[in-house]
Amino acid sequence: MALYNEKVMDHFRNPRNVGALEDANGVGESGNAVCGDIMKVYLKIEDGIVKDVGFETFGCGSAIASSSMATELIKGKPVEEALELSNKAVVEALEGLPLRKVHCSILAEEAIKAALEDYYRKQGLPIPQKILDYKPAVEEDH
Amino acid sequence: MKIYADNAATTRMSRRAIEAMIPYMEEVYGNPSSLYSIGQEAKDALESARETVAGCLGCSPGEIIFTSGGSEADNQALFSAASAGERKGKKHIISTAFEHHAVLHALKRLEKEGFEITLLDVSGSGVVSPKQVEEAIRPDTCLVTIMYANNEIGTIQPIAEIGRICREKGVTFHTDAVQAVGHVNINVKDENIDMLSLSAHKFHGPKGVGALYCRKGIPLLNLIEGGAQEGGKRGGTENVPGIMGLAAAMQEACDKIDESAAHITPLRDRLIEGLERIPHSILNGDCKKRLPGNVNFCFEAIEGESLLLLLDDKGISASSGSACTSGSLHASHVLLALGRAVEIAHGSLRLSIAEDITQEQVDYMIKAVDEVVAYLRSISPVWRDLQEGKREFILK
Repeated sequence: MALYNEKVMDHFRNPRNVGALEDANGVGESGNAVCGDIMKVYLKIEDGIVKDVGFETFGCGSAIASSSMATELIKGKPVEEALELSNKAVVEALEGLPLRKVHCSILAEEAIKAALEDYYRKQGLPIPQKILDYKPAVEEDH
Repeated sequence: MKIYADNAATTRMSRRAIEAMIPYMEEVYGNPSSLYSIGQEAKDALESARETVAGCLGCSPGEIIFTSGGSEADNQALFSAASAGERKGKKHIISTAFEHHAVLHALKRLEKEGFEITLLDVSGSGVVSPKQVEEAIRPDTCLVTIMYANNEIGTIQPIAEIGRICREKGVTFHTDAVQAVGHVNINVKDENIDMLSLSAHKFHGPKGVGALYCRKGIPLLNLIEGGAQEGGKRGGTENVPGIMGLAAAMQEACDKIDESAAHITPLRDRLIEGLERIPHSILNGDCKKRLPGNVNFCFEAIEGESLLLLLDDKGISASSGSACTSGSLHASHVLLALGRAVEIAHGSLRLSIAEDITQEQVDYMIKAVDEVVAYLRSISPVWRDLQEGKREFILK
């Protein structure tokens, strides 16, 4: 058996939405270099819709695949839906990650939440309770 | 192009080693402890293998015991020397910070049992100096255990000088030579080595078999109690086919050590020169005092697992000291011991080449690594920050 399933490898080899967005109006980051993963998410939100999304990731195969899948899941969606994105949804869409790589999906959720928070701040809008209450899921085996 | 560049992890078995094993599975399958012919034939083969191994190391056959591999040999050596030391009230052990875990974890256990462990600093070049060893030896030192060559960065330690110091001071000296045997010339008598561990699969022999050289007069403790095999020092029916494969592979490797090194070393240096041209990269470990086939680099702002996966897509099998590839989620203790920052250790790559390497393959690897590193940097937020001056380069 390979380290990752085909779906994860596809998103790792051909990441969707890779790269910074010059006209982003919400940017967020998660992780740190010492742990070996950093994700940066760029959002272009218009009329309450995530019109465009981009990411940059320093990290392992599952970190890149998680960034790709997470950005894919919120692209074109209303902001309210993007707010609801959970790391579980990312893992499910990737058809599973090895247990010790689940933290990569948590980083993806964190980066998106951070980018949304940045968007609300820049717009002078109140930060939704969902973000204020957000605590990253407990990372297993990390 | 398919390139297996992880020979420090394990090697492809040589045809001669495979052929040496087959008769001991199909025909001479007797138990060496049995008195009838095919048992005694197996016993004779076992003893001839012991002579071969002893011949390659420059010791006598009675000083070789066969084990399940390098880790077992390391454990037996360390626990034996510690136990002998303890009987004399000597409970201090000297080693280095970048030993293999078979040694480091055994030392950790001894520490819990009340031994004091001094781990010598190897920062910078990845080579310990004989002076460091000399200065660390105390009246209560019972063992010095220092690897012959490091498994990650391939640096070769001044074993003969350390051996001389230990002999003069009357301290038992063990070396984990798993990475060195079959790759560099070793003579345990000339180098004053008391105990040495080796493993067959690192020199084109089979997995699951190794040996411990233990100089006559140095007491050994059993890890496995059982029958009278291996002079009563290691219970269990001997792995005769494995041992025959080990001996054949060792003889073959040792016979052509100089020839192999003459072929591999210039190609290793070509690979090093090629990878050094990648900006913000660094060779780990001394560039001269290293195994003929070892190349180990760090590349800033990328992570090792992604690098390995993309190299695998290009047909290259390699390894990394990145936390994500370790199974333990910790960055390589070897690279940290060298003094590399954690975030740099995540971006490491080890290419370990063997006798069958060609210049064409080396050039292909340089190009592949260059492309993959450039791609991973292009999607790395760390690289962006470095480019935009928001973060300082660690590797100039």
